[in-house]
Amino acid sequence: MTALSVQQLKKVYSNGTSALKGIDLEVAEGDFFALLGQNGAGKSTTIGIICSLVNKTSGKVVVFGHDTDQELAKAKSLIGVVPQEMNFSLFDKISNILITQAGYYGTPKHIAAARMEMYLKEMSLWEMRDQPAFKLSGGMKRRLMIARALMSAPKLLILDEPTAGVDIELRHHLWRFLKKINEQGTTIILTTHYLEEAEQLCKNVAIIDHGEIIENANMKSLINRLNSQTVVLDIAASLSECPMLEDYSARLTDETTLEVEINRGQSINDLFQLLSRHQIIVTSMRNKTNRLEELFIHLISENKKVET
Amino acid sequence: MTTRIGLYPNFIAFYTLVYREIIRFTRIWTQTLLPPAITMSLYFLIFGKFIGSQIRHIDGYTYIQYIVPGLVMMSIMTNAYANTASSFFLTKFNKSIEEMLVSPMSSLIILLGFTIGGTIRGILVGTIVLIISQLFTHLPVYHLSIVISMALLAAMVFSLGGLINGIYAKRFDDISFIPTFVLTPLTYLGGVFYSIKQLPPAWRTLSMFNPILDMVDTFRYGILGVSDLNIYLGFSLVIALFVFMFLWAWSLLHRGVGIKA
Repeated sequence: MTALSVQQLKKVYSNGTSALKGIDLEVAEGDFFALLGQNGAGKSTTIGIICSLVNKTSGKVVVFGHDTDQELAKAKSLIGVVPQEMNFSLFDKISNILITQAGYYGTPKHIAAARMEMYLKEMSLWEMRDQPAFKLSGGMKRRLMIARALMSAPKLLILDEPTAGVDIELRHHLWRFLKKINEQGTTIILTTHYLEEAEQLCKNVAIIDHGEIIENANMKSLINRLNSQTVVLDIAASLSECPMLEDYSARLTDETTLEVEINRGQSINDLFQLLSRHQIIVTSMRNKTNRLEELFIHLISENKKVET
Repeated sequence: MTTRIGLYPNFIAFYTLVYREIIRFTRIWTQTLLPPAITMSLYFLIFGKFIGSQIRHIDGYTYIQYIVPGLVMMSIMTNAYANTASSFFLTKFNKSIEEMLVSPMSSLIILLGFTIGGTIRGILVGTIVLIISQLFTHLPVYHLSIVISMALLAAMVFSLGGLINGIYAKRFDDISFIPTFVLTPLTYLGGVFYSIKQLPPAWRTLSMFNPILDMVDTFRYGILGVSDLNIYLGFSLVIALFVFMFLWAWSLLHRGVGIKA
């Protein structure tokens, strides 16, 4: 079943800004879907329309078969949202924020109380449940918003930059948690500026730029389209000049760091053999940038060229 | 695919919103319940006891007896209005309105939740003021059903007014403008402190266009059994005003005016 279908969605704001120029999207049930784009590309507007926070100009949004024009309440009852910005009263108790949100979705209090305990414990906020929200740190507030979005047991969870400003340890904890609920059947749509996050978590991806979808593909096939990737090699002994590595383009960034561009079809094994022949010992290796990030930058710049 | 909408989930959503409103104004009772009690006690003391003792009876009642129904009604109206105006605006300001907008709650339930929340505060403050008034004077109650129904109607009309104000408000100043420059003058000129029979003809005619006069006069009739106006006409006008305000607020919420981009 299709979890979300967006057809020819357009949004023109009252100041004349055309934020969405007729986008189409399909997200299958059970998918972990990344919606990527630069600031102002139209991600939040798209999410806003799906969640009924923004009025669309035209187009169609269907959530699990429920058209938002005809069955808005049914569609919304299946969606949980983690917004980009904080949107709860800082003076409310944490437990009240969750119970109230569940109540808005028509969830009886005893069910809401059980879910609150489960998700607050999962988010390491259980001890803080009787505290007002203003006592939480930035990362805690993000976790609270995730717990709140889950209070209605949504079939479709939309996360708008959920890990922005969250420390690495917590980010990895959230990734594991999101993967788990996705495996349990929740369809997830994620927008993020951390492309490593999208690559790690998502099965499918759409890239939006200037209100248009410029790429919509399976994550693996998209990554495979990369023509080249740059690896950074830390080497044991200092070099005074960059070695000649035949078909590989390389440069020495400092005495013990070598950057090598590996084109599609070239083998890393061959590169290592070549380095061994030059008696260069590699102590560690990493990608210079995230692969999806390279592709993202490439696609955005290509789109810019087309526009100009 | 199972969805969770229907009568019972809608009732839970409505109850949740009303409960949230009650918790909000009771949590800050020193700002919401105490000030009107103190202000009205001063009114009773100064206008009722000190000055009122030197004023002649109106329609067979002492001055303090005559003004108590008006002051109770004034408390109901201003508090019902202030509750929804400030609560809705703050909900917009801190963006927690989004918690409601993303949920399956209809605009009708949001409207009812805020309106009933404001009505409860208005009635609660009115009851407190009425109890305090008993320390200063004794009041007969001629028509309890009229007293209750007009108190509820007025509270709902003003609660809806506050909601409409909150919907349109873009800054904090916007929620104090209407109460200061429109409602307060209309309330003071709405027969709270005098009978319109005491006014010159021109002012009396002008007063007829003030809907607050109908609310105060009908409420006073329920307590004291005396009125300046036709209470049936008063009821009809207030009901018509309620229907108009209700449809206006519902339309604004349904279209997302002031809350959706």
